[in-house]
Amino acid sequence: MSTTKAKVAEQEPLFGKKEKALLRDPLLDNNPITVQVLGVCSALAVTSLVYPSLVMAVAVVFVTAASNLVTSLLRNTIPKAVRLIVQLVIIATLVTLVNEALKAVNFPIYKQLSVYIGLIITNCIVMGRLEAFAMANKPWRSFLDGIGNGLGYGLILVAVGFVRELFGKGSLFAGSPIAIQIIGPGENYLIDTATTGQWGNTFFGWYANNNLMVMSVAAMFVIAVMIWWQRARNPKLVDIS
Amino acid sequence: MGDFINIFIKSAFIENMILAYFLGMCSFLAVSKSLSTAFGLGLAVIFVLGITMPINWLINEYLLVNFELEFLRFIIFIAVIASMVQLVEMVVEKFSPGLYAALGIFLPLITVNCAILGGSLFMVSREYNLGESVAFGLGGGFGWFLAIIAIAAIRERIRYSNVPPALRGLGMAFLLTGLMGLAFLSLSGIDPAVFGGWSPAK
Repeated sequence: MSTTKAKVAEQEPLFGKKEKALLRDPLLDNNPITVQVLGVCSALAVTSLVYPSLVMAVAVVFVTAASNLVTSLLRNTIPKAVRLIVQLVIIATLVTLVNEALKAVNFPIYKQLSVYIGLIITNCIVMGRLEAFAMANKPWRSFLDGIGNGLGYGLILVAVGFVRELFGKGSLFAGSPIAIQIIGPGENYLIDTATTGQWGNTFFGWYANNNLMVMSVAAMFVIAVMIWWQRARNPKLVDIS
Repeated sequence: MGDFINIFIKSAFIENMILAYFLGMCSFLAVSKSLSTAFGLGLAVIFVLGITMPINWLINEYLLVNFELEFLRFIIFIAVIASMVQLVEMVVEKFSPGLYAALGIFLPLITVNCAILGGSLFMVSREYNLGESVAFGLGGGFGWFLAIIAIAAIRERIRYSNVPPALRGLGMAFLLTGLMGLAFLSLSGIDPAVFGGWSPAK
């Protein structure tokens, strides 16, 4: 009788409160980039356009989720002394898979991302989650944690890409099938700032693209503003250092 | 010799690892709170980059390309880097226990410092030869070192300034890195070829 009761208590719901928190927390209050400060490295240089950021985000979600799952399955068999090497091999294998798949599926974007896909291996967020979570938790939760952190990372990436492409180039999703030209000189833009007589010229004739946004340093400023906004809303996140 | 100096100057100043490519940002942001730790980590990065680059070049040229095993590149490179970092860690622990204690977790984390792996991957994609890759490793490491001690010095001072609370720490570090990146952009006009004519033999 008591054993069955214990069994019922042990059975956890597939999508309980904790599982939802695992997915939700990394999106805002425990964001990998703006709060944990992990994984800033390999991403900032790809965010000048939305489309490569999106591809990068998908690649990172896959790698964090799959590596968390694999590591969590193996966690009791990995000797502590060599765990870093084992983790690196797992990550490197998964990244190699992503790299080869991307090369086969979409070569132009593969060229554009160049070394940055390979640099997912050294993306601290992947390794950080393995160390902090997957080594001590069950596979299903580790998998969710990987998805959550990958999404939190991708969210910032795409947001930065959105701001930089919109204000730097006046377009969105350039290079993808759903590319739109938002604002700029010429008839193929939604808001045409050059042709006289168009409403775009009347109201936005003064508008020019901000060339700073195209440069890689702009990513730093955009993320700094995001951190500022987030910490102003939630003073608990402020660190004094 | 001219080529060597060209690539050194270019990778240290004009195409700085941190300020132009944002490689190694994690440890850059985390360790740049005090100047002395930043100094130690910078030296370690120069050392590891300078060693792993030629080793990875040799492996890539004679093993991977020769036997068409390029798809194993990531795994091999990261294995070489991990073992080199282990070596550096043992040396530092033996000769400078103070620095070892100060670097703490960040010494093993050099393994996952994007600057190291990124350097090796850039070396492959730019098709450097052995001498050039040594220059690129040392120059890139030196540039990384310069950037981290510069930002650490600024962050030590800015602690006494009246920064808005929400920007303190991380936010300021991002802004400062961006501003430093802008400053380094102005070096991009330099033609490294002007150093090419110089050689110690003449």
